[in-house]
Amino acid sequence: MTMRDEEQTLPNPVRPAFDRPSTEDGVIVSIGPSHPATHGTLQIIAELSGERVVRADVHCGYLHRGFEKECEAHTWHTLIPFVDRLNYCSALMNNFAYCDAVETLMGVEITPRTRYLRTLLAEYSRIADHITCIAASVMEMGAMTAFLYLMTIRDYIYEHLADLTGARVTYSYGRIGGLANDLPEGWIKRLEEILDEYEVYVGRIHGLLDRNRIFIDRTRDVGVLTTEEAIHWGFTGPILRSTGVPRDLRKDTPYLAYDELDFEVPVGIKGDNYDRYFVRMREMDESVYMIRQLIEMLPDGPVNVDDRRCTFPEKDLVYSEIESLINHFKLVIDGPQVPAGEVYRAHEAANGELGFFLVSDGSGTPHRVHVRAPSFVHMGGLHRLLEGYQLADIVSTFGTVNMIGGECDR
Amino acid sequence: MNQVHEKSSAFEYLTTRKDDLVGWARKFSIFPYPFVTACCAMEFMSVSSTMYDTDRFGAALPRFSPRQSDLLMVVGTITHKQAPILKKVYEQMCEPKWVMAFGVCATSGGFYQNYAALQGIDKIIPVDVYIPGCPPRPESVIDGIMQLQDKIANASHPIINEKF
Amino acid sequence: MDQGLLERLRERLDGDGREPVFAHGLLVVQLPREALLDTVKLLKDAFGFDLFLDVTAIDWPQREPRFDVVYHFYSTRDHVRVRLKTTVTMADPVVDSLLDHYGSAHFMERECHDMFGIVFRGNADLRPILLYEGFEGHPLRKDYPKEREQPLVRYRE
Ligand code: SF4
Repeated sequence: MTMRDEEQTLPNPVRPAFDRPSTEDGVIVSIGPSHPATHGTLQIIAELSGERVVRADVHCGYLHRGFEKECEAHTWHTLIPFVDRLNYCSALMNNFAYCDAVETLMGVEITPRTRYLRTLLAEYSRIADHITCIAASVMEMGAMTAFLYLMTIRDYIYEHLADLTGARVTYSYGRIGGLANDLPEGWIKRLEEILDEYEVYVGRIHGLLDRNRIFIDRTRDVGVLTTEEAIHWGFTGPILRSTGVPRDLRKDTPYLAYDELDFEVPVGIKGDNYDRYFVRMREMDESVYMIRQLIEMLPDGPVNVDDRRCTFPEKDLVYSEIESLINHFKLVIDGPQVPAGEVYRAHEAANGELGFFLVSDGSGTPHRVHVRAPSFVHMGGLHRLLEGYQLADIVSTFGTVNMIGGECDR
Repeated sequence: MNQVHEKSSAFEYLTTRKDDLVGWARKFSIFPYPFVTACCAMEFMSVSSTMYDTDRFGAALPRFSPRQSDLLMVVGTITHKQAPILKKVYEQMCEPKWVMAFGVCATSGGFYQNYAALQGIDKIIPVDVYIPGCPPRPESVIDGIMQLQDKIANASHPIINEKF
Repeated sequence: MDQGLLERLRERLDGDGREPVFAHGLLVVQLPREALLDTVKLLKDAFGFDLFLDVTAIDWPQREPRFDVVYHFYSTRDHVRVRLKTTVTMADPVVDSLLDHYGSAHFMERECHDMFGIVFRGNADLRPILLYEGFEGHPLRKDYPKEREQPLVRYRE
């Protein structure tokens, strides 16, 4: 039915850094970009000596969707859905980091309720993100039971967030100066149920994996990283913390409501795969602890600031009042007028420092949006984690590094 | 020999059309190859695990070799850089084969209308079933699988007609 | 955040064509591109800015010199950020590479080269990273049309 027409050969989109092995018994293998172990799309061209990886050349960019170019054609508001699709495991955190950057540029102070709600939701999606990461990486090592348990709890979270935002994965819930809507009835009650449920399930995961000989053999002392090296290669987030230093933007440069919360920053000992797994597990526990505090602290009040530059007027006023109608019209057509300037805001996302660098020329569309995506930087240092280990270790190392295609390639 | 092997009168044979029989057999043994690239993968994981469980449709066991699979599930955005790889995977699959475009990105490029994204995989390979949504809810994925099964059941299956 | 350190840094960096100012919580230093390497060395060795966060560019098509090249640094000890900004022209879009000081510069400079065509002197490996072999032009320049595709596979009819 579909024979390839003769004159067309499929081009190779990448050029490897080396095309012949450095030693006589070396072999070059190409892993990916469509390979079960490279969830997401990544290509690793590795030189092997026996089973050992001698050199690795990492190619990303297979999911480059032109995010930054797309932003320049949208208003500050309408690009929020694009922001979701950067780190799609925890879309809410991207939303809030972006909104925070725009708000800094506009000089908008968000309301107390939004401040706490954003913190709560950011921690909640951190749990979903870490669950996805752990589930995917242990599944690749063959732990199907753990995968199914974790997926169950993640589906609870997704359905619960769908009650709030209307979507399961890509929420587009943040707004400049607030949130799309307030919590629905009974949301907090269900949240508490899910947190209890979470503890049961995660207890089972600890039981299945923590002292499992096979799991330990696949992860202990594999992909070891020292702190100096991690910083040299730009690693942040759980990977940097797994090397033993408590560097966390939530503690170091507190934003949102983090300075009022009591939490610990879990660190690892050696910086190997097992530590990365364990740091993520502990971080989820801390997130649950934080969410429980935030439920207590959550104040009443409006979620959107009363600022006509960015907040949409009430719908019934739009239909009955000319000022609101024009305001609405201007916000939709021209976008919020963000004062000219540059800003860099960084949040501690699930993978590390997620920074938004925005440049405005004073109009309703951004002049430039740049994302400092943790995954992309991590890919630059990935070869350090692979070289010297076995070919099969690529799977477990790559899983625990948690590369997210949308964020890495943008 | 014993009783079981003796002929009894009921259901000795059954008449059916060859296409129906082959279609019925094929529609419950779809081995998918997940060509997973982007955010839709999150929903793909949900669809194939506990809550939604595509095993019920005979489409659970992913085959990570294109040569062993019947259904190419294209999950997520396909960029121009990725296009040659998709095409190659498609060409490596054996007949009969079906293609599912999972999510609007695979269907039409979705909201990425720019230099990097391929505007729908049907520009390079034929597609049998499109599932809209960004990402589609698991229910619509299941609906898509069922529609594909109908399509398989109702198609003619000519490959084996001389010898069968 | 240690405002005292930034203040000291501002005083130290003033002069030599450098103009440090504060903006939105970080120190922004505008500097000529010749001074880049020295400043980065100073930041890293004397002030402990050990984490290289980001390099990117901004295209101002109406302006000459046309590109801003923007660097962000972070100190994991003092938790402060610094932004360095330099300008390059369309005819000579060359800056020095920071590869000797930070390993993470490798991928980020490749990306910046892809997107804007900025050349990093000293980084020998500027192969396409987010784009592919054979892609012509630099998509984030303002004069690259957003919808201009360069497909690798021929379309079906
Ligand atoms: S359809 Fe939506 S969710 Fe799916 S890959 Fe495209 S952008 Fe992501």
